[in-house]
Amino acid sequence: MSDAAIPDRTQDHQPAAGWFRRALDSDIFYSFRRSKLTMVAAAITLLFFLLAIFASWLAVQNPFDPAQLQLMNSRIAPLWSADGQSPFLLGTDEQGRDVLSAILYGLRISLAVGLAGVVFAGALGIALGLVAGYFGGVVDTVIMRIADVQLTFPAILIALLVNGVAKSLLGNRLDEMSTLGVLVIAIGLSFWVQYARTVRGSVMVEKNKDYVAAAQLIGLPAPKIMFRHVLPNTMGPILVIATINLALAIITEATLSFLGAGMPDTMPSLGTLIRIGNNYLFAGEWWIVAFPGIALAGLILSINLLGDWLRDALNPKLR
Amino acid sequence: MTQPVLSVRNLEVEFVTRRATLRAINGVSFDIAKGEVLGVVGESGAGKSVTGLAVIGLIDPPGRISAGEIELSGTRIDHLPPEEIRRVRGKRIGMIFQDPLTSLNPLYKIGDQIIETIRTHTNLSESAARRRAIDLLAEVGIPAPEKRIDGYPHEFSGGMRQRVVIALAICAEPELIIADEPTTALDVSVQAQIIALIKRLGRDHGTAVMLVTHDMGVIAETCDRVAVMYSGRIAEIGPVQEVVRNPLHPYAKGLMGAIPTLAGEDKRLVQIPGSMPRLSAIPPGCPFNPRCAFVFDRCRVERPEPIRQGTQSVACHLFEPAKETAA
Amino acid sequence: MLAFTLRRFLQAVGVMLAVGVIAFAMFRFAGDPVNQMVSIDTSAAQRAEIRHSLGLDDPVLVQFGRYFINALQFKFGVSYQFRLPVSSLLAERMPATLELAIVATIFAMVAGILMGVYSALRRDTILAKLFQAISLIGISLPTFLIGILLIYLFAVTLGWLPSFGRGEVVKLGWWSTGLLTVSGWKAIIMPAITLGLFQMTLIMRLVRAEMLEVLRTDYIRFARARGLTTRAIHFGHALKNTLVPVITVAGLQFGSVIAFSIITETVFQWPGMGLLFVQAVQNVDIPIMAAYLLMVSLIFVTINLVVDILYTVVDPRLRSTVGRAA
Repeated sequence: MSDAAIPDRTQDHQPAAGWFRRALDSDIFYSFRRSKLTMVAAAITLLFFLLAIFASWLAVQNPFDPAQLQLMNSRIAPLWSADGQSPFLLGTDEQGRDVLSAILYGLRISLAVGLAGVVFAGALGIALGLVAGYFGGVVDTVIMRIADVQLTFPAILIALLVNGVAKSLLGNRLDEMSTLGVLVIAIGLSFWVQYARTVRGSVMVEKNKDYVAAAQLIGLPAPKIMFRHVLPNTMGPILVIATINLALAIITEATLSFLGAGMPDTMPSLGTLIRIGNNYLFAGEWWIVAFPGIALAGLILSINLLGDWLRDALNPKLR
Repeated sequence: MTQPVLSVRNLEVEFVTRRATLRAINGVSFDIAKGEVLGVVGESGAGKSVTGLAVIGLIDPPGRISAGEIELSGTRIDHLPPEEIRRVRGKRIGMIFQDPLTSLNPLYKIGDQIIETIRTHTNLSESAARRRAIDLLAEVGIPAPEKRIDGYPHEFSGGMRQRVVIALAICAEPELIIADEPTTALDVSVQAQIIALIKRLGRDHGTAVMLVTHDMGVIAETCDRVAVMYSGRIAEIGPVQEVVRNPLHPYAKGLMGAIPTLAGEDKRLVQIPGSMPRLSAIPPGCPFNPRCAFVFDRCRVERPEPIRQGTQSVACHLFEPAKETAA
Repeated sequence: MLAFTLRRFLQAVGVMLAVGVIAFAMFRFAGDPVNQMVSIDTSAAQRAEIRHSLGLDDPVLVQFGRYFINALQFKFGVSYQFRLPVSSLLAERMPATLELAIVATIFAMVAGILMGVYSALRRDTILAKLFQAISLIGISLPTFLIGILLIYLFAVTLGWLPSFGRGEVVKLGWWSTGLLTVSGWKAIIMPAITLGLFQMTLIMRLVRAEMLEVLRTDYIRFARARGLTTRAIHFGHALKNTLVPVITVAGLQFGSVIAFSIITETVFQWPGMGLLFVQAVQNVDIPIMAAYLLMVSLIFVTINLVVDILYTVVDPRLRSTVGRAA
């Protein structure tokens, strides 16, 4: 219905600026209220990152160091309740571990594993996507078939399996740091598919454009063409996927740790803290689980809000 | 003069967007008599379809009718409460949309869609409605209607589907049919049949027809009168022979020049330079002035009002009655 | 139709074969069955003998063939922790998981469709905005946190519902059901909500988006032009067209529900396959992990196949194109 669609025409006549300009233009202008929510989310995310980075300055103790934990300080309620004790603002757990310090250090682990997992998944996915899209043929078919099959399984199941296999292969050699590595690999292997699909799609489109043909004509080698010319064009969508996947990666790490297949009690992440605290829920010591839970929920919620905003801003059509 | 079936007076339709309020229809007036076919012609974006939608009360927010009156057989139907205008739609006004492929719900049998419409507007029983649906399908020329009634839309060709859509539009014996580009999406070979069908139905039932199209050929062979629209206004309206043979408005002249005729093969088709302005950038004065070959100063400042010229009516300063000599 | 079904079936078999290779690789290489069966003082000769008796010195291909044939008969080896056949362990736990998954899916569909339709039709009401907020939380909060929150509210604080287990179960042949007792129903409420919440938000968002999309289509406009009542348009035409893709997605999601029950079952100590699997991961019980992978894949692949075929039954357009292709 051509005539009925008149009002829409005013919108699609803007000059085709870069996606960044478009993002600034569409969103901050478009819905102030939504932006305000996004600002808050961005501020909270930034706060969490700062807390994690400066954890060792902010915390009253190092919760990973058994020597600093004293059993006589165990199960103290938060400071504002009747039995609260300084300096334990959010109380302590069974081990005499300060809950706030444990959250700060746990946050550090959760963010580190999440970021590293996303980077690993991104690197793997982008590389496979570039290869599949650029070379096509059998390589493409094999990679995308694997992607199809894997996409039908939930990431958590794949991460659990990778984790179980790693445990079985490494056995007792698995200390805290290598557990960290295993988690990053498990998350990376669970989340690469989306990157690969997106990059492959863009490569297929870009491949046929003139500038790539021109680059081929002047004899640029294939990897150079892909990294210098094709990849930059896919950065927008990749950024969106990475942001949303950061939240997913943190959830996955927390879930693995909660299930007892992630970070051990001696070096707890937020998920581990929640698993430990869950055991004391019935005893009335709610703070051991509540504060790590709130920290995790707040972190994920604000990253998700950022991701939503980013997606809408970069691709207004999806709204 | 008998009362017209449809009477539109000074209709204005606005779309309120974030950036501005756009006036898609600006002071449109016309009548359609019983049994008459009025063609509405113009480029896409001229406001033809919006006019049709306004009449049937289907302008959705952010659009709204901001001024003017619409009367159907003497009763005002703009600004009716939603429930009352719903009773008018389908019963007193039938509508035919452009694309028969998407006008029918793909998951319902066509019979069910017709029966549903009949039963919404009448007290017929299920079986009586089904008999009527079969009669209607036969009337619009669908072979073996008693079998086809249980088919799904995808089992019909484009032309056949448009016949079903027409059957749906006439199933409650409406006084007025609005056909919005009913043949645009169809094969050329089918277009003539559909046009003939609409014309025949209008004649047989005495229904008034508003035929929206950008196809001057269709207008010339189907309509009694024609309204040429430009930028949300009627540039010229009058009996079809007059407007086609002797267009007055410079835009109508250009439009008629764009009809290829078998007789004038040696003549080059006249083209109007430029394109219709966007709604957000309609020039002051006459909206056609930037493209007009006869433009003079007044056209850039003052909006021309419709002026009677015999049986035609034209909105152009060129036809101002003898004022220039007097002054 | 037959050719279509056959092609889909062959694809499904292909996927199962691929998963089978992975399961076998895990079974054979990740966990050495011999090490699990012997003590430290078993001599090398004895180890070799066990190795031979288990057929572990045969060519890999032969071993895979054997594993494959056994798997076809639901023989997945012996659990390291329980010293029991994996298949009987899984069979014992399966009813609990399936009941939980089914109740959770029904909850997710009913609540998700109602909320989705409401928020599509009454877009700017407070309730619709509340639903949007709930959906954001449902997508953001990790499942186990929601479970813990529910336990804290309804089990610890209010004491209305049990915090773990299935309640009383009734044996119906080999199937044990908790759905025939009051305590069973009480026990399933919180796990089902926890498990279904994510799917519910998914379905709600999908219904809302699809419904808004459908309401913009030409046939809805034409239905309005025909003067049909708003109710007939919304709940007849629009809803029916909305539900076709929604039911597909919900069906496909059933496999995920079963996989996600790993987390819910751990939080609520629900005696299902998921809990068994988590314990297997914690204790490096490879045969259970491999078997669970195969079982879940089988469920996934079967559901995908069934949904693909059912889809053609629901949508008349596909029915005939598929019929023509056949």
